Amino acid sequence: MRITVKLFATFRKCRFDVKVREVPPGTTVSDVVEEMRLPGSIGIIFVNSRHADPSHELSDGDTLAVFPLVGGG
Amino acid sequence: MDKILRVDMGAEGGPKFKTEPVGEFAGLGGRAMTSAIISKEVHPLCHPLGAENKLVIAPGSLSGTSASMSGRISVGCKSPLTGGIKESNAGGQAAQVLARLGYAAIVLEGKPEGDDLYKIFISKDGVEVSVDNSLKNLPNYPLIEKLKGQYNDRAAYMTIGTAGEMKLLAASIACTDPEKRPTRHCGRGGTGAVMGAKRVKAIILDDTGMKMREPKDPEKFRNANRRFVEGLRKHPITGEGLPAYGTNVLTNVLNEAGAYPTHNFRTGRFENAANISGEVQAELEVKRGGIATHGCHRGCVIQCSGVYVDKDGKYVTKQPEYETVWAHGGNCGIDDLDVIARLDFLDDNFGVDTMDTGAAVGVAMEAGLIPFGDGAGAIRLVEEIGKGTPLGRILGCGAEVTGKVFGVERVPVVKGQAMAAYDPRSVMGIGVTYATTTQGADHTAGYSVGPNVLKSGGDLDPLKPEGQVEMSRNLQIATAAVDSTGMCLFIAFPLLDQPETFQALLDMIGAFHGITLTGDDVTALGKSILKMEREFNTRAGFTKHHDRLPRFFLKEPIPPHNVTFQVTDEDLDKVFNW
Ligand code: SF4
Repeated sequence: MRITVKLFATFRKCRFDVKVREVPPGTTVSDVVEEMRLPGSIGIIFVNSRHADPSHELSDGDTLAVFPLVGGG
Repeated sequence: MDKILRVDMGAEGGPKFKTEPVGEFAGLGGRAMTSAIISKEVHPLCHPLGAENKLVIAPGSLSGTSASMSGRISVGCKSPLTGGIKESNAGGQAAQVLARLGYAAIVLEGKPEGDDLYKIFISKDGVEVSVDNSLKNLPNYPLIEKLKGQYNDRAAYMTIGTAGEMKLLAASIACTDPEKRPTRHCGRGGTGAVMGAKRVKAIILDDTGMKMREPKDPEKFRNANRRFVEGLRKHPITGEGLPAYGTNVLTNVLNEAGAYPTHNFRTGRFENAANISGEVQAELEVKRGGIATHGCHRGCVIQCSGVYVDKDGKYVTKQPEYETVWAHGGNCGIDDLDVIARLDFLDDNFGVDTMDTGAAVGVAMEAGLIPFGDGAGAIRLVEEIGKGTPLGRILGCGAEVTGKVFGVERVPVVKGQAMAAYDPRSVMGIGVTYATTTQGADHTAGYSVGPNVLKSGGDLDPLKPEGQVEMSRNLQIATAAVDSTGMCLFIAFPLLDQPETFQALLDMIGAFHGITLTGDDVTALGKSILKMEREFNTRAGFTKHHDRLPRFFLKEPIPPHNVTFQVTDEDLDKVFNW
């Protein structure tokens, strides 16, 4: 199945902003995240604009957005 | 900080001032000081631009010490924008300098007759109030250029631009940064209009010959400050994200969350948000030879600010903040950082709140004055404010007035003040704060975006009403207390996530006063401030019906989540039950 992965802030360094990827069914958020070996801890995960846990199982066509902990205001 | 300067601008024969002991207000700083004086001394039914209103300027209780991050200044008055009590705070150099000069507050009272414009100079040698009509009609940048030559290089300036002179409801008070640029504004609530009504164009503060304020227990204080700074450095938000990308790092987050108010709060997602994100902004600044990491005052270790330059490397403005990039950007369908930077400069120069001005432009677009996405048109509209044309005056009075004049229903304000860059339908926690804070819609009054969206300081589903009232209540209490210390509010992220950093701050305040401070003391201070402010607003005529969002937030679902604001009125009325 195909998913879109988006990275932000420090996670983009030496990686990418957006990428469409082919993953096997049953892939979880943490499978995708671990494979990318992101530096530092994960702050915010959205799947299709909703907060999701690392254990969330992805479906075909999902958009996964991963941020480090960020803030401002 | 053992004295208060009172300047009676309306005294017979010209302004008179006196310095008096801090007395019953001893120990208070920042918002605690401004709200205490306003609630005690200002008639709640007075006209905000009349002689009865007062403008109180107070450094935080830790300002002027060697405590990191302690350079925020609070300005209080009865707000001409909301009609309620106001505390508007800013960075820049003013707080540190004023505190070192020994003043716990400056209170501008009365109102002079006639057209003369005044400046007030405060140094270790005393106070001078003088007429200077050569400053008339000067926007902030040329004003500072003109004044700079006349005063010591150490001086800090608090000024109003043309909007303040015209007493526009969104007029701000500018504070100069370490490079003496008028970029840090007490933006919210029209404090600049009150200063303008008192005919004070500039306050010049020079602390030459003064020392840092000394803590009672210097050793303990130094140690606590060290632990505090360590805590800020190791937290990803204050140690990494804010320094590298500034507050605008939030554009992509809120847009991904579907909570980024776009086209005047019609949808929660802006398709071109990536073009104006903090990531792109920081890269552009570095590439062009600007600065992506800069402190708004000396002693800031987070340094969320920066310097925005044009393609030739020439200074345009400070790094526009997230709220500004949103208000003038996504909110208006504009995706060009150069246009947004120009608008930020114009706002600073004329001296208006970037949020209420951006929201007003969005409302004007909704009314059809110019189309959404029209950057050149937006610049033209904001330039009208500087010219003082009737249209400019309308826009410079903010979103609510603009909506009324142009017959627009979708006007995102509470108590007359514009909302910030978070839609209250898809971040319900911030909706509770917008609705209930004493300040009019104000995200900083209780930043529920942290636990709702950023997963800092807690974890609540932003799309559900459950738990939001309690979260907003606790944050409003904590914020009122932090706003009294002079500390930048961004310390709240590590404070809420790292108990040892919170303890370090308690120890630092305690060591300064030679006491032991607990978390309960902080909570008690926060509650006492909110209570004073609520009581003032009640006496000014506010009821529970003013603690509500505009009805369209309850009626119109916002895409992509297609939600409405779901916290009930009954629950909103519980925010201040503690
Ligand atoms: S973190 Fe940003 S807003 Fe806060 S004091 Fe530093 S530069 Fe100013």
